Amino acid sequence: MFAIGMAYFNLAVAFLILISMALMLGRLFIGPTLYDRLLAVNSFGTKTVLFLCIFCFVIDRPDGVDIAILYALMNFIATIAVLKFFRYRSLDTPLNALDRTKAQKTTAVRATKNGGA
Amino acid sequence: MGALNMMFYVLLASETVSATGAAAGAVDVLTLIRMAVSAISILAGLVFVFSGTIGVLRLPDFYTRLHAAGMTDTLGVELILFGLIVQSGFTQMSLKLLMVSFFLFLTSPTATHAVANAAYKAGLKPKLGRYKAPTTEDLTSGGAK
Repeated sequence: MFAIGMAYFNLAVAFLILISMALMLGRLFIGPTLYDRLLAVNSFGTKTVLFLCIFCFVIDRPDGVDIAILYALMNFIATIAVLKFFRYRSLDTPLNALDRTKAQKTTAVRATKNGGA
Repeated sequence: MGALNMMFYVLLASETVSATGAAAGAVDVLTLIRMAVSAISILAGLVFVFSGTIGVLRLPDFYTRLHAAGMTDTLGVELILFGLIVQSGFTQMSLKLLMVSFFLFLTSPTATHAVANAAYKAGLKPKLGRYKAPTTEDLTSGGAK
C-alpha cells in the first residue's frame, strides 16, 4: 500500500519537475542576454538530472542513475565550454590567459606556427 | 502516441512495484518513517526548485535571476536527492545517487560563479536603484536595458 503511494508520489514529483523545466524554457527563449539563456540552460540541465533520478525510481530500473551522473558532469562542462567560447571566441585559448589581447596574441602565434609548419 | 505508450508503461511499472511490495508482507513502522522523511524532504526540495524557477522567470535583472537560480537549485536538488537516497535504502542505487548529489554539490555553485563572472567581465551592468514595475514598453522591448 505504501509502495503504491510512493510510486505515484514519485510519478507526481517527476511531472512537477517536467513543469518546472518547461517554465525554465520560457527564460531560455525570452532571455534578453546570452547569460540569461546560459543560466536557463544550466538550470534546465540540473532539473533534467533530477528528473532522470526520479524517473528511475518510477520505472524501478536503477540503470538510469548512471545516465544522470553522466548528464550532471556533461552539463557542467558544456556550460564552461560555452562561456569560454563566448569570452575568447575560440576553444583553443588556455583558460589562464587573463585578458583578451594576450589571448588573441597566443592564438595568433599558434596560427602562424601552424601556418609555417 | 509515443508519449501515451510511455505513460502506460510507467503506470504498469508502478503497479508491478506495488505488487511486489504487497507480497513482501506487512509494512513496518520503520518503512513508514523512512517514506515520510523521504516525502517531506522531496516536497521541501520541490518548493525550492519551483521558487527558483519562478524567480528566474519574474525577477527584473540578470544578476537577481542568477541569485534565484543558483541558490535554490543547489539546495532543492540536494533535498530531493536526499529524499530519494532515504527512500531507496542502503543499495547500489543510493550510492549512485550520493555520487550525483556530490557532483552537483560541486558543479552547481561553480557553474553559477562562472556565469556571473563571465557576465561581469563582459560588462553587463546590474540594474541599480529602486525596483519599478515594468511598463508595457519594457515588456515589448524584452526588458533589455
